[in-house]
Amino acid sequence: MPPHLKIYLGYAAGVGKTYRMLEEAQALRAQGTDIVIAYFEPHGRQETIAKTEGLELIPRRVISYGGSQFEEMDTEAVILRKPAIAIVDEFAHSNVPGSRNTKRWQDVHELLAAGIGVLTTMNVQHLESLNDQVWQVTGIRVRETVPDWVVDEAAEVVLVDLTPRALRNRIERGVVYAPEKAHRALDNFFAEANLTALRELAIRHTAHEVEEKLQEPRREERILICLTGRPASANLIRRGKRLADYLRADCLAVHVSKAPEPAPDEAIERHLSFARNLRIQTHVVNNEDVPRTIADFARAHRVTQIFMGRSGARPWWKRFSETIVQQVVRQARDIQITIVAERRR
Amino acid sequence: MAAPLDHRRNPDELLRRVQAEERREGRGRLKIFLGYAPRVGKSRRMFDEGRRRKQRGQDVVIAAAQPDLPPTDLEVIPPVDGVIDLPAIFRRHPEVCLIDQLSFHNPPASRNPERWQDVEEILNQGIHVITAVNVQYIEEQRAAVERFTGKRSLSSVPEKFLHEADEIEVVDAPPDLTMGDTRILAELRELALLLAADVVDRQLQEYLDSHGVSASWGAQERILVCLTPRSDARAMLESGQRNARRFHGALLVAYVEQSNLDPADRKRLEEHVKLASDLGAEVYTLKGQNFVETLLDFAHKQRITQLFLGHSQRDRSPLEKLIEAAEDFDVRLFPHVGQASACSSERSSEVGAGSDRGSDL
Repeated sequence: MPPHLKIYLGYAAGVGKTYRMLEEAQALRAQGTDIVIAYFEPHGRQETIAKTEGLELIPRRVISYGGSQFEEMDTEAVILRKPAIAIVDEFAHSNVPGSRNTKRWQDVHELLAAGIGVLTTMNVQHLESLNDQVWQVTGIRVRETVPDWVVDEAAEVVLVDLTPRALRNRIERGVVYAPEKAHRALDNFFAEANLTALRELAIRHTAHEVEEKLQEPRREERILICLTGRPASANLIRRGKRLADYLRADCLAVHVSKAPEPAPDEAIERHLSFARNLRIQTHVVNNEDVPRTIADFARAHRVTQIFMGRSGARPWWKRFSETIVQQVVRQARDIQITIVAERRR
Repeated sequence: MAAPLDHRRNPDELLRRVQAEERREGRGRLKIFLGYAPRVGKSRRMFDEGRRRKQRGQDVVIAAAQPDLPPTDLEVIPPVDGVIDLPAIFRRHPEVCLIDQLSFHNPPASRNPERWQDVEEILNQGIHVITAVNVQYIEEQRAAVERFTGKRSLSSVPEKFLHEADEIEVVDAPPDLTMGDTRILAELRELALLLAADVVDRQLQEYLDSHGVSASWGAQERILVCLTPRSDARAMLESGQRNARRFHGALLVAYVEQSNLDPADRKRLEEHVKLASDLGAEVYTLKGQNFVETLLDFAHKQRITQLFLGHSQRDRSPLEKLIEAAEDFDVRLFPHVGQASACSSERSSEVGAGSDRGSDL
């Protein structure tokens, strides 16, 4: 059996993800499983720290960056030790520059490739495809994200639930944060509506993961995302991919460049590479006639749905000319076209 | 239609909330641990919470436990013939009662036929209750459960009881082989999670309403299919259903009443409305002079995340204005009947009303 990845999914700090993971670790150790702690973030929480008792701890690796010292998981040391299962807290963590991988989930993939099973923790707001929605709900732009496919590939996703009321009580009692930080937290991120919305996302996502594992994927739709250099393209990619995943559709992206030889445009390159990271197949086509090229590309690739961003605000002298969206809509009345909202607050 | 019915901003729902608010005065708080199978750890979580509360100084008693309850330092008020001893509890009047097996069916001639009714009485005495239940015992879920398991549970708890709880917490764990058929368990697990998500969604809406917050966001996908005379209603409705099902979201169907329709278009629109009703959708009739504004207004009020519409059949149509104005939800345009290209149609295209004449939009 290939090594397992098991994710304890929560919706906020303090719901008890690490505690649940360590509880399972203790149960496995009691059954004689060779299990080690490869990375653990105590956050000064006594109940959680107590749960690590008797578990072997692999020392962290110290990395110097910008004159400071940072500690990361020592992936090499864990692979050399080769336990059956490793505990790796905070799956969505970004490593300090100079580390072996930029993301901890990439370290975890190395452990899995080395035949080590992994238990890990993350919050639903770290899912790449929910980034805009989470920002809209909470006002917080989550920087540390994990591509959805990484989570979809996990053998198991377990919901760690706690009611917002219980979580707020824990924060008030100082279990989660130091008292001076606690009050600020309760007014901001931990406001009840935020927590309730995030919790619903976490529950729904776990249900989605359960369902994915129950059903054979049937690909009957193909979604095409039209990329530009506009910043809103990131939102468009996340939204398109999320819909594609839920509809079990194939997902591809195209950028149509007007120039015969596309000058390297940093923003477009960034969006194309972002799309590839989410496992979207990307294409670049050079053609003067952008709307026609999009429509033709869609037909040639048997696309069932075109995803486009809204056209940006236009200067007054262009108000009477047509937007790209309008032109594509006119040229592709035979295909479903989705014009994606720009998530705002 | 598999998509859950809309529960927002409907007068009955508002009345229910006001009544629930009134009932809550002087009533104990109810917390429910929801699981999907025996042995996922509901009871343990419930008793853990009881112990922690006692440590924090609350007066906690056990009013009903499974026979294999591990030794505990919590006080037990023993049930009589399996039935919670209500008079003894009322006399003792603790702060918090722990009650396992909420779905327990009391023997004949008991004070109440079901344990959840006993719990109601305890709550009405101002005593808090923490309890645990499995999804297969929820009345409204029993048919779905029977489809997976082939068995129908005899006792049940109405879903309303969950919705009226102050707190509901999911006890989740992946099924293991010791628990039984993992496929059936996975189905039950999904059912429990979706039920919990719906309960939480209502709580979110109640919170937003009671704090006067009108939010254009939510955690649920909400799809609005807008019917027009020339649009391919069947394709849109079927896709709407499939999307709502895949996202476990809500599906709404609406049309804007237009006085200037010619008889043929009017007839087509009526057929579309009938089709939607036949598919089980509730169809909203929107009234307003301006098509775009009326539709936008409704979509915002309903926190719509995706609007499904037919492609326009002519240039410079109000559709373009709508796309421009619809800033906070996605707009998905569908080909008209017979116009879907062979590759893009999700089903074999039909020959129908597609024509080059002026469209409804």
